[in-house]
Amino acid sequence: MPKKEIVPKKTPMAEQPPAERIHNFNEVPYGYTPEEAIAEARRCLECKNPRCVEGCPVGIDIPGFLKLIAEGDFQGAANLIHQANALPAITGRVCPQETQCEVVCALCKKYEPVAIGRLERFVADWEAAQGVLPVPPLPPPTGKKVAVVGSGPAGITVAADLAKMGHEVTIFEALHEPGGVLIYGIPEFRLPKEIVRREVDYVRRLGVKIVTDFVVGRTATLEELLQEFDAVFLGTGAGLPWFLNIPGENLSGVYSANEYLTRVNLMKAYLFPEYDTPVARGRRVVTIGGGNVAMDAARTALRMGAEESIIVYRRSREEMPARLEEIHHAEEEGVQFMLLTTPIAFHGDEQGRVKELECLRNELGEPDESGRRRPVAIPGSNFRIPCDLAIIAIGQSPNPLIPTTTPQLKIGKGGVVIVDEKTMKTSIKGVFAGGDVATGGATVILAMGHARIAAKAIDEYLRTGEW
Amino acid sequence: MNRILEKQVLSDVTKLMVVEAPLIARKAQAGQFVIVRISERSERIPLTIADFDREAGTITLIFQQVGKSTEEMATLEVGDHFATVVGPLGRPTEIERYGTVVCVGGGVGIAPIYPIARALKEAGNTVISIIGARTRAYLFWEDRMRAVSDELIICTDDGSYGRKALVTEPLKELLETRGNEIARVWAIGPTIMMKFVSLTTKPFNVPTIVSLNTIMVDGTGMCGGCRVELTSGQRFVCVDGPEFDGHQVNWDNLLARVQFYREQERLALEHWRHKCRLEEVVAQEEARTSVATGR
Repeated sequence: MPKKEIVPKKTPMAEQPPAERIHNFNEVPYGYTPEEAIAEARRCLECKNPRCVEGCPVGIDIPGFLKLIAEGDFQGAANLIHQANALPAITGRVCPQETQCEVVCALCKKYEPVAIGRLERFVADWEAAQGVLPVPPLPPPTGKKVAVVGSGPAGITVAADLAKMGHEVTIFEALHEPGGVLIYGIPEFRLPKEIVRREVDYVRRLGVKIVTDFVVGRTATLEELLQEFDAVFLGTGAGLPWFLNIPGENLSGVYSANEYLTRVNLMKAYLFPEYDTPVARGRRVVTIGGGNVAMDAARTALRMGAEESIIVYRRSREEMPARLEEIHHAEEEGVQFMLLTTPIAFHGDEQGRVKELECLRNELGEPDESGRRRPVAIPGSNFRIPCDLAIIAIGQSPNPLIPTTTPQLKIGKGGVVIVDEKTMKTSIKGVFAGGDVATGGATVILAMGHARIAAKAIDEYLRTGEW
Repeated sequence: MNRILEKQVLSDVTKLMVVEAPLIARKAQAGQFVIVRISERSERIPLTIADFDREAGTITLIFQQVGKSTEEMATLEVGDHFATVVGPLGRPTEIERYGTVVCVGGGVGIAPIYPIARALKEAGNTVISIIGARTRAYLFWEDRMRAVSDELIICTDDGSYGRKALVTEPLKELLETRGNEIARVWAIGPTIMMKFVSLTTKPFNVPTIVSLNTIMVDGTGMCGGCRVELTSGQRFVCVDGPEFDGHQVNWDNLLARVQFYREQERLALEHWRHKCRLEEVVAQEEARTSVATGR
């Protein structure tokens, strides 16, 4: 076989220009055209032992679908992806490919990896453009009932899988719209809500019942669900925002990223007063944190009219947990980065509104338990950043509502529900859990991976009754 | 579900609605609240459950028209539906047999204090209630409060009914004359009232429970907008509350936080009134032309 010609760089993907996009909430990248997708898929070296598949938390047959794209068989590629991943239009957009499938691509040694994420997105979008995805033939009903708590990535995935196995599934969602973090957290410019609604609609067409405005732990307890359902899956995510616990944090104009993004995304505060929910429109906005949520908040602030949007992060750029693409997009849009900076206090005006964030400068010390060099504050390096809006995006942990109302449920460090990773079984018979509620806060794809494992284990439990 | 079965006008600015919500009625306890949304464009509004009927599957909500959302809610009629009614949220009131207790309800706060007074009475407490409002027209549920109280003191700011006094005045007198008897005080009303009730009881060292009504979005512990500073640390009103020890609350911080959106609230109300007027004009115009053209 002739040696394949190497194309060193990824096929570029067209994007909305930064100067334009900071004035709207439309999606930033436009996606590949069929020609671009074929060209990019042809960059795959077709390794004998492809490592990309191992890099994928749900084990998508990546070389397989790349080959089908290269041959122009987009439907075939879509079918192949669907075998492992129920939500490719979403993961193609939000997965951290650079630390998963793409980082292990053989091209990476010298060149840019194959743009696996962009191609996954392309296939999913192409398929959606062909019309409504047909529902596969369903097996006869098993007569078993499963309750899924939470309608985020884990809940949607587990519900779809179980419905396809013939089980009767009901999803309980606390908010008024299904989708979880995909709806309330990730902004429209990164993940159009239409895509989430399409996936939720697909799950409904599989026969899954979705009950919104139902708070498990309050409207009904987990124990009560177990009386009505044969099994329960907890996919309640990591909804409890962390605060810094520094002085002045409760001044007006200091938000958790959860609150800021929920107001803008779920409640559509950007359309105020046509929509009722208000949100502060800062001129100079400081966002604290270095993850995807921080990037989302800082970029949302620009779209809400901020003149300056500043990210304050205590470590250096290399340690930022955000996806490279998000950091790159934020930078292009004019977000400023104040690295090696630790906030120590907020200061307010007479009305109790935030006006400054006081910080210390850091230098990098010895590596800590995470292997990253620990930021060490330089004494006396205090300085203040003027701001009229501050957003705290330093992480979140699982919501304690179900654990506190279910004493038998075993909880681990950081409030996570303890599970057996092979089955996602919890300490209560018939109760499974997965996604951020079991990890404390990870990725959409990992949540879906958990859901896949859980669906198989739930099915087995329902058939055998063995725990 | 979520259908309005009954509507009462308690005053010009206070409305009562009985809403079909069987799942919530099944679980509701004194002190808990719900979040409602009027329509797809509405904000999420926390409202205390003023009463519930488990058999009928209904809850009673009482609200004061203070802004755009509550003005719009007041236009809903029997048969209309809320887009969302979710709950019951928050922790229930800790009802025990304390001895003699005082329940203070100010303005629309009379609604949420009622189920607490009732539960305390049922638990065997001697209940002294103080209810107050700006003026007589804003008072309601005097009969209900009387039925669950051993003593009922009524005040109005302008003296149009009952004593001309703020609720803190009879409260202070009670504490001075019968302070040793009073085991606990509950206070629900405007933030400023709860602050002054707490300040009044502090020197007497009588435990004082307040039910806070803060800014809130989801009501399940997700946004942290409702966070409140206590001397023992930060708490979320939606999941740790809504009831807290009034002597521990940082009232000035809370007062600043609840006013944060005042400007937007004014804008929203203006925008809505303007839209209502426009709709009225359009309707009149349509009626006129249809008459003129005989359609």
